[in-house]
Formats: sequence, C-alpha cells, structure tokens
Amino acid sequence: MKKGKALIFEMGHAGRRGYSLPPLDVPPKPLAELLPQELARQLPLEIPELSEGEIVRHYTNLSRSNFAVDLGFYPLGSCTMKYNPKINEEAAGLPGFAFLHPCQDGSTVQGALELIHRTEECLKEITGMARFTFQPVAGAHGEITGLLVIQAYHRARGEDRRRVLVPDSAHGTNPATAAMAGCEVVQIPSDARGMVDLAALQKAVDEHTAALMLTNPNTLGLFEEDILEISRLVHAAGGLLYYDGANLNAIMGYARPGDMGFDVVHLNLHKTFSAPHGGGGPGSGPLGVREELAPFLPLPVVEANENGYYLDYERPLSIGKVHSFYGNFAVIVKAYTYIRMLGADGLKQVSTDAVINANYLMSRLKQTYHLPYDRLCKHEFVLSAVKQKKKGAAAADVAKALLDYGMHPPTVYFPLIVEEALMVEPTETESKETLDQFIAAMEEIDRRIGENLTEITRAPHSTPVGRLDEVKAARQPRVRWSREKDREKD
Amino acid sequence: MHWHFPEDLKYTGKHEWVKMTDQNGKKTVLIGITDYAQDKLGKIVFVELPETGREVKPGESLAVIESVKAVSDVFSPVAGSVLEVNEGLFDTPELLNEDPYAAGWIVRLAIADEAEYAGLMSVSEYLTFVRQAEEEV
Repeated sequence: MKKGKALIFEMGHAGRRGYSLPPLDVPPKPLAELLPQELARQLPLEIPELSEGEIVRHYTNLSRSNFAVDLGFYPLGSCTMKYNPKINEEAAGLPGFAFLHPCQDGSTVQGALELIHRTEECLKEITGMARFTFQPVAGAHGEITGLLVIQAYHRARGEDRRRVLVPDSAHGTNPATAAMAGCEVVQIPSDARGMVDLAALQKAVDEHTAALMLTNPNTLGLFEEDILEISRLVHAAGGLLYYDGANLNAIMGYARPGDMGFDVVHLNLHKTFSAPHGGGGPGSGPLGVREELAPFLPLPVVEANENGYYLDYERPLSIGKVHSFYGNFAVIVKAYTYIRMLGADGLKQVSTDAVINANYLMSRLKQTYHLPYDRLCKHEFVLSAVKQKKKGAAAADVAKALLDYGMHPPTVYFPLIVEEALMVEPTETESKETLDQFIAAMEEIDRRIGENLTEITRAPHSTPVGRLDEVKAARQPRVRWSREKDREKD
Repeated sequence: MHWHFPEDLKYTGKHEWVKMTDQNGKKTVLIGITDYAQDKLGKIVFVELPETGREVKPGESLAVIESVKAVSDVFSPVAGSVLEVNEGLFDTPELLNEDPYAAGWIVRLAIADEAEYAGLMSVSEYLTFVRQAEEEV
C-alpha cells in the first residue's frame, strides 16, 4: 500500500497535456490586443502538466491512502461516523438541486425552498424548537451563531450578560466559541458520577450568566439526569440553555432538547443525519431556537405564503448573515432524504441501536481496559488506557496499533477529565460481527503490549505513512507547497 | 513516583509551582507548571502569555499551554500584576517539558497579598495530593 509521496506539482513534464483541442477556426489574436498590459501576467502560470492517465492514477492513489467509513470501522467518539447512505448522494445529485444557481429568482427554485422548509419542520419536531436557520456550515459555526443570537436576545432585553458556563467535559469548541463571541468562560466541574456538579453550577450562575452550553448525553456518553434541575437553575438566574447537538444520535425519538428546557440547539447534519463527515464534508450545523429567540436568527429564513415559498429578509432584529447564501444546501438535501427514508420510527431505531452497540462494546471491553465511569452509557463511552500505560503503551499507542487492523482508532485524550482516554462511538450502522472484530483487536493489542511492546509503540506498520512527528507538525507547520529551491525563504 | 518536586517551592491543586523571590526589596512570585503537569500534558507545542501590567485575580487564567494532547489554562495562584513573562517560551515551548522549574518559568507577578502565598500547598502536601490523584485513576 506504500506509495510515492510526490505532490502533483512535482509530477509531469513541461508541455504535457491531458487534452487535445480542435484547431482554431478563427484567426488567433495576441493577448496584448485583448488585455491592457497591467492586467496580463508577467510570469508564466506554474500549473502541473500531466496526462489524463497520470492524473487519474495520482488521485486514485491518494484516495487509497486515506481511511474512510466506506473502508472500515470508524468508532471516533463524538463524531458519529455512521454509514452515509448512497441514496443521499442520488437525491443531492438530482439536476433540479445540483444545477441551481443561488442567485436564481425564488419563483424558479420553489422545490429547493420547499425542501429547506420541510427539513426545518422535521428538525423542529425532533428537537422541540420553534425555528431553524440552515446558514451555519459546521457544528462550531452553529455554536457561534447560537451565542450571537443569545447575546442579541439579552441585549434586546436591556441586559449585558457576558459569562458562559461550560462543563469540564465539554467539547473544546464550546469554550472556544464563547471566547470568540467575546464572553468570559467559566468552567463547571463534573461530579464523581461524571455529571454536571449541581452545587458548583448553583454557585456559578448569577446576573452575568449569558448561557450554559451543554451536550446531553455528555462526552462521557452519560445522560445528564439532572437536566431539569440544571435548566431551572440557569433560567432562574436569567441565563439561557444551549444544546450542543453533537450527541443527538443517542436520544432521537426518546427525548427532545426543547422538553429538557434548552432554548438554543445546534445539530450536525453531517453526524446525526448521515451526511459525510470529516474531510468528506462539507458540513451543516443548523441552529434551532425557541419562539422568543426566533427574531434574532440570521436572515433570510424560508417562509411560505399563498404564493408559495420565499426568502424573508424583513427581519429587523436579525443578527445578519453568517454565511453566503443559505448554507450548504446539498447537505440539507441529504439530511432530508435520510429523515424521510427512516421516518419517525426509523430515527428512534437509530438511537436504540446506537445505544445498544455502545453498551455491548463497553461491557466487553471493560474487562480489558479501565472504565472510569462504569454505568449504562448512551451512544458512546470512554475507556482509559491507564493499565496499558503501566505496561508501557499509552492510549496513543493503542490507537496507532488499531490502524494495522484496518480500523480507525477511537478519539484519544478526550474528554480531558479522563486520563489516557479512549472515546468509543460505534454508531448504529455496525453489525455484531464488526463490533466483535473490534473487541478482538483491542484485546489482542493489550496482549501484544505484554509480549512485544515495541511492536505496539512503533505501530502502525501497514499504513502509507507510519508515525508522524506531531511536535514538529505543530511547532513548524509547512502549510503551503513551495519548490525545493524556494524552501529556505518560507 | 518518578516526578521531581523541589522543596523550596509552593504548589497548587492545578499543578502550578510558585516561588517567592525578593527583587530589590520587592516581593515577587515566579510561577510555572510542575514536573507532574508537564508529564501529563505531553510534548508542549505552544504557549500563550499575558500582557505585562495585567492585574489578575486568584483562579483567573494567566496563560494557555497547548500540547500535542490538549490545550489547558494556567491559573493564577494569587492576586497580583504581571511584571514579566518568559518570552523564551514563544520560540522554545519545549523548555516547559525539559526544565519546568528553571528555564521553563512562565510568569513573574508582583504579589498583592503575601498571605495568599503562605496559604498554598507545601511540597509534602502537594506530594499527598498527587498521590491521591494517581490512586483515583
């Protein structure tokens, strides 16, 4: 599987072409006659010159160096790397969707507007929110939009609230978003059960509290059982409750953020609703809000009247636009296809199976790996490789060794409250056979740590590249390509 | 335990060390992270330092340390104002790993209330604290 690592700029030969054009049937005109000199390039454009076959090989080889959910098990915790049904691609590729121009008149794109409207109706029912915007194109983008909406809401009520509470088990994007929105981040500790510490929360909420950002179930895969009390505490202080939808896959059809007291919700269509995730994106992070917050949503939103669907820009309290046009439309098509293919019962089954799969893995793997929070989990759970570390192999080594089994590793070193964390989320689309293969691989890695430690600490052995220098990559990243001879200058 | 904790320093529950120094009759404190903290963080790749002159309260974030594993805050153990930061850490953040108690110091504060320093953990108290933390996992 090892392949040359030449970049496309380093391949090919001067003058080589991947096309042949017919001869000109008009007299050629020099460029100087067509363009003023100051607009013409002075130096030739340096673009790769390759044949069609070379290009196909190059990109096919690159795609084979990559790992994907279509190649193997991908239990990357909190990322919900579920199977992406191929019918989604077919729907998104329909010419009526794929060949639209975002500047087309509304009367010519009624179907697309209707699809956005219908998806909004579905998400409202799933979450218990009153309105959604589809402009944010990632989870973190939904978060910042949500905090801007929350700030606008408080301002409209004449309040200046700048403190955002975030549990210590939160996704890193939560405190980062709060800081980006100009808020002060206050960390709330977890208690011994892995839940928000209610006493600490009670002490932290006050007249400065803008919001509490919460993921439920949290990143330990545990449902915040005190959510109604949490909601009461935050709201009593005048704050709002923000739902990070990263883990919605655990509770669809069973519980709704709106019923738990959440005021603002972002979802990840590229996680829960089966659009491709990771490098395969693009993402979509729609934001839902309660009625009182709806006037502040980004504009425009899709509305309907007797003439059909239209984009409503008459929203004086709106925070404005957060993305060009209406977000990543094709991802919305995929999510809508997924929701309609499964229906209400099917979505509930998704959560049931995701939770059963996670609990099966957890109950088997806790015999070999330490399980710090040993309780029934939701869709994911967090192991700790402390026992393995005592034998010389850390969580990162276990993760690297898994690559040789053709599996993507779990998330490592997160959440931060678990030492040597391995965060496992199998998703609902994996069979028992696949789960058993993962268990066998994890058990075998543990055995091999005792038998031949260096084989594990030097893994992976079968991938296109082995261990990368993470420290150098972080300290001295080379983020653009340059010719060998120019490299010193960078 | 294979970590090293010098006798003459005070320690915090957030794994910072504090050293009282006398600079021309003015009491200042040097702050850094402990050997235990740097070991747990792993290789450190980036450090964000405060502006000099900034007033800080105890528990307020003073600096941010990014390792290959995680990003974490360094919290101010006492109230005071920032006199000096270790600018060497911008180019060589690995000093925090290699020499946490000397070349890897992070911030020098003018301490507002010396009683706060006296209230921090002694080395033996910190040792007990680390032992407990290790037993829990």
